[in-house]
Amino acid sequence: MDTSRRLFLAGLGASLVVRPAHATPAAMDEAIARVVGTARVSAERVTLEVSPLVENGNLVPLTVHVESPMTEADHVKAIHVFTEKNPQPNVAAFRFGPRAGRASVQTRIRLVDTQTVVAIAELSDGSFRSARANVVVTLAACLEEG
Amino acid sequence: MARALVNVPARARRGEVVEIKTLIAHPMETGFRRTQLGEPIPRDIIQRFVCTYNGVEVFRADLHPAIAANPFIVFSTVATESGTLVFEWTGDHGFAVTQSAAITVE
Repeated sequence: MDTSRRLFLAGLGASLVVRPAHATPAAMDEAIARVVGTARVSAERVTLEVSPLVENGNLVPLTVHVESPMTEADHVKAIHVFTEKNPQPNVAAFRFGPRAGRASVQTRIRLVDTQTVVAIAELSDGSFRSARANVVVTLAACLEEG
Repeated sequence: MARALVNVPARARRGEVVEIKTLIAHPMETGFRRTQLGEPIPRDIIQRFVCTYNGVEVFRADLHPAIAANPFIVFSTVATESGTLVFEWTGDHGFAVTQSAAITVE
């Protein structure tokens, strides 16, 4: 039957699609677009602290701070972190409210390769701000072998 | 039971912004790694961390595999009243840990 041949070919095609080990900058832009939509993102009042040269990609300290009065009327709702070349562009989303007092968060991330890290802050008035940093990684976060 | 550590100041002045540090033992297996035999290692991560202050949510984090093993998160909150901060981590395969800390506000 024609349909079974078609199914076989479709299956063959699907098995040939190899999932890339790295995401691409385009995948990161897509992930960012899912958060910000079509809004304009200005690059101010956000500081992204990450070492420019990292020896071990398995443990990269990262601090994001957004200048904000953190009042009911004007506060940071969320900070999103993205990477360009990790298998997934999303790293984390941190959600705040006026009760947080300070729009600041610190954590430790994995980086698979030398790449750009982007932090996007979502403000209570619906606007977005961002900061980016280039990080050189000498020992990548391992993808093989357990 | 995974070991979780939280660092909250025991005392604070009313209105003061206090820093909270949290650390939990967890491998954060990405799901992208393979064994030497080529078998994929299934993903096992903490997906969500929530902090509530006397029942009100003050901070929440959605985590992905790119968070390093033993997730360490530092954030802050305004010391509004004496009470309890409850920290909750939830993740794959029914992982759930709750820890609490008391704070006295003067």
